[in-house]
Amino acid sequence: MHMADALLSPAVGTTMWAVTAATTAYCSTKVRKSLDDRKIPLMAVLAAFVFAAQMINFTIPATGSSGHIGGGLLLAILLGPHAAFLAIASVLSVQALFFADGGLLALGCNIFNLGVFPCFIAYPLIYKKIIGSDPTSGRLLTASLIAAVIGLQLGALGVVTETTLSGISALPFSSFVLLMQPIHLAIGIVEGVVTAGVISFIWQTRPEILTRAAADQPLGMVPIKPILIGLIMATVLTGGVLSWYASEHPDGLEWSMFKVSGHEELQAPSAGVHSSLEGVQAKTAFLPDYGFKETPGNDSGRLGTSVAGLVGGMLVMLLGAGIGLVLKKRNAPILSNP
Amino acid sequence: MSHHIVEVKDLQYHYPDQTPALGGVSFRIHHGESVAIVGANGAGKSTLLLHLNGYLTPTAGEVRIGDFLLTRDTVQDVRRTVGMVFQDPDDQLFMSTVFDDVAFGPLNLGLTPSEVSARVEKALETVGVAHLKKRPPHRLSAGQKRRVAIASVLSMSPDILVMDEPSAGLDPRARSQLISILQTFHHTKIIATHDLDMVVDLCERTIVMHEGVISADGPTMEIFGNDELLAVSCLEKPLRIQGCPVCSRRS
Amino acid sequence: MSAKIDRVLYEIGHMDSLAEADTPLHRLDPRANLLTTAVFIVCVVSFGRYEIARLLPFFLYPAVLIGLGDLPLGFLLRKLLIVSPFVIFIGIFNPWLDRTVLLQLGALDISGGWLSFISLLLRFSLTVGAALVLIASTGFTTICMGLEKLGAPRIFAVQLLLLYRYLFILLDQATRMIRAHALRSFTRRGRITLRVFLQMLGNLLLRTIDRAQRIHMAMLSRGFTGEIRIVRQFRFGPKEFFFMFGFSGLFILLRLTDAVSLLGHLALGGIR
Repeated sequence: MHMADALLSPAVGTTMWAVTAATTAYCSTKVRKSLDDRKIPLMAVLAAFVFAAQMINFTIPATGSSGHIGGGLLLAILLGPHAAFLAIASVLSVQALFFADGGLLALGCNIFNLGVFPCFIAYPLIYKKIIGSDPTSGRLLTASLIAAVIGLQLGALGVVTETTLSGISALPFSSFVLLMQPIHLAIGIVEGVVTAGVISFIWQTRPEILTRAAADQPLGMVPIKPILIGLIMATVLTGGVLSWYASEHPDGLEWSMFKVSGHEELQAPSAGVHSSLEGVQAKTAFLPDYGFKETPGNDSGRLGTSVAGLVGGMLVMLLGAGIGLVLKKRNAPILSNP
Repeated sequence: MSHHIVEVKDLQYHYPDQTPALGGVSFRIHHGESVAIVGANGAGKSTLLLHLNGYLTPTAGEVRIGDFLLTRDTVQDVRRTVGMVFQDPDDQLFMSTVFDDVAFGPLNLGLTPSEVSARVEKALETVGVAHLKKRPPHRLSAGQKRRVAIASVLSMSPDILVMDEPSAGLDPRARSQLISILQTFHHTKIIATHDLDMVVDLCERTIVMHEGVISADGPTMEIFGNDELLAVSCLEKPLRIQGCPVCSRRS
Repeated sequence: MSAKIDRVLYEIGHMDSLAEADTPLHRLDPRANLLTTAVFIVCVVSFGRYEIARLLPFFLYPAVLIGLGDLPLGFLLRKLLIVSPFVIFIGIFNPWLDRTVLLQLGALDISGGWLSFISLLLRFSLTVGAALVLIASTGFTTICMGLEKLGAPRIFAVQLLLLYRYLFILLDQATRMIRAHALRSFTRRGRITLRVFLQMLGNLLLRTIDRAQRIHMAMLSRGFTGEIRIVRQFRFGPKEFFFMFGFSGLFILLRLTDAVSLLGHLALGGIR
């Protein structure tokens, strides 16, 4: 499942963007230095393949429902981790831009959840270790299944963690986990079976493709240390930025604060945005009518959702629609010219 | 003008699994000549073409393009001299706009941006598709794609044009337009094709390939007059010279 | 199923053709669009979870862009609707879990959960809308080149461009495969079993790998040595400057001050 902008706080969103951008830069350098320029077109058409393959649904035996391939693990097997990461990142970028799958800020999270886990954890640490140097069909299935399931479980956990840290959704971490992980267990099993099936098809028809892919990236060459260091840094960074942000702008964490310390705490004026908001209100206090009189004791001003605010907001929105319409009208004759 | 000569001497090629594809091919093509390579499917035409720009390395024998004997060291020079138009324009046009695609080669030659755009403009004008400059290739017709593919090679100013099935998949009009464009070129042309009518229009010389070797090499009209040779090589005489009262009047 | 691919092809193609228009918005340097969109999204998502009123003015930006770029509103709204389920699925829990009344409109009590749910939908419409407007007014190719100019690795920008180029071809191949399957499967109403699916995918994959090899060949024969070069001159002129700093300034202003309440007070005051 794709993470969405609307569920993200800027701290989490930009941190994940930074982490993803760094990984992309790292993988780009790696691929450029690999001196195998065949990979440049291969990476791209395989990404296009995954995109197209996701459109083909099959009937899952004994359930009647249908499934399709995600393709992360498959790309890692065919391209090696670095090129596969770039390929996955490109697929997700196209999806984010053309189908608004997730959104642009969430793209960082999505690439991380669906790219880093399969390429740098599931493939090198699970798939390669299980499959060893002489693959059998049994091993291939086991390796693909376990790698796909773990990769997707981690990805789902990523979605849950990012959402919870952002604090926009009211879903508690535990219920969200219980919601997401089982769904992704099923998705992971389908992914594993399909990946194993496609790989064994290639193995039977054109084994040289796989041996060539394997020759490019010697076994165990993916170093575990930098990955762990990277993950730890990401965690520290997220934690650090988040706590800083939380102390500056407690909005996102209000709900959890409310849970911990009760209603009064929530109503107390907090630092940052709310106080600045109150400042503006103080300056506008010369206006005699403060919202509707009918709602005495209305403290919604602190929450940024006063009646006056709503009215003002809608006015600006209408203004925007008006401007848009006028501009569109003005454009129309220009376009019909040619 | 020795640097425009294409010379192939006893060229042999085996696929990695040892299946022989070319079994000793020799010919010499001079500057400005237009030569067709014809033969049944699997006769070795495409394999031969892939040797001419150094994509495949001969198992035995040699390929000489102009002053260069084709080796690992000269392959870049050879590729600059030989412009290769592939069978499927979707493979050839890999960039996302027509301009970027036609600019790909010149940029690799290290030209300045202004030289590059001048070359692109000129190449696109030569094949009559300058108005498509900003289009993405997936929004072109088959005929337009073919022309852009040729432009993408012309922009590198090659001396020799090598084309694999240039008329395949075109509607009759796009095909005849393509032929008229190719007729205006003064390059040395080597064209592998099944379109024997086009060969009559474009090539004064024809090389017939059969099972990896050359079974005939001579003036086009002479080759197409030899019914026995055509039958052995799984070819049929072009309609135009079959003596059909309707078709022959047109030519 | 092939209807799904057809829809995808149509939508990408349509967005693509929108980007080919020539309006003041389309003529902007893509870097201006990209950076402004980034500021916009960060400002929108940085509001508190109950915020509604102060999000509304942000609709100004997509509205103005839709006007400037002469984009079809209905098409964009439909796309927005198609991707909404996940956000709605996550957000719909809010009214359940958070029932504290935070706002009273006359006799109507509105709980925090509903406020945050509405806020979530607003954020969703704004951020996704901005992304759709960006692609429809700039075009994918130009965005990739803009990204490269902004410092994204060249190899990644090229990867995006090549993926985009071959997306159409692969989708087309997949459609033909599904069609061929549907025409010859009589008993199961065109449903694809796992065994057949794996073979279809395997075949498509083999063809794709072969294609990659031919593309590589085509690249090599035009002097490719591992680096793809693209010339594209962009000019970050006064128009771009005005566009970017004007809008970004407005977003930041709207984020830091409560302009809407001020306006609302004025309006309500005027009525009384």
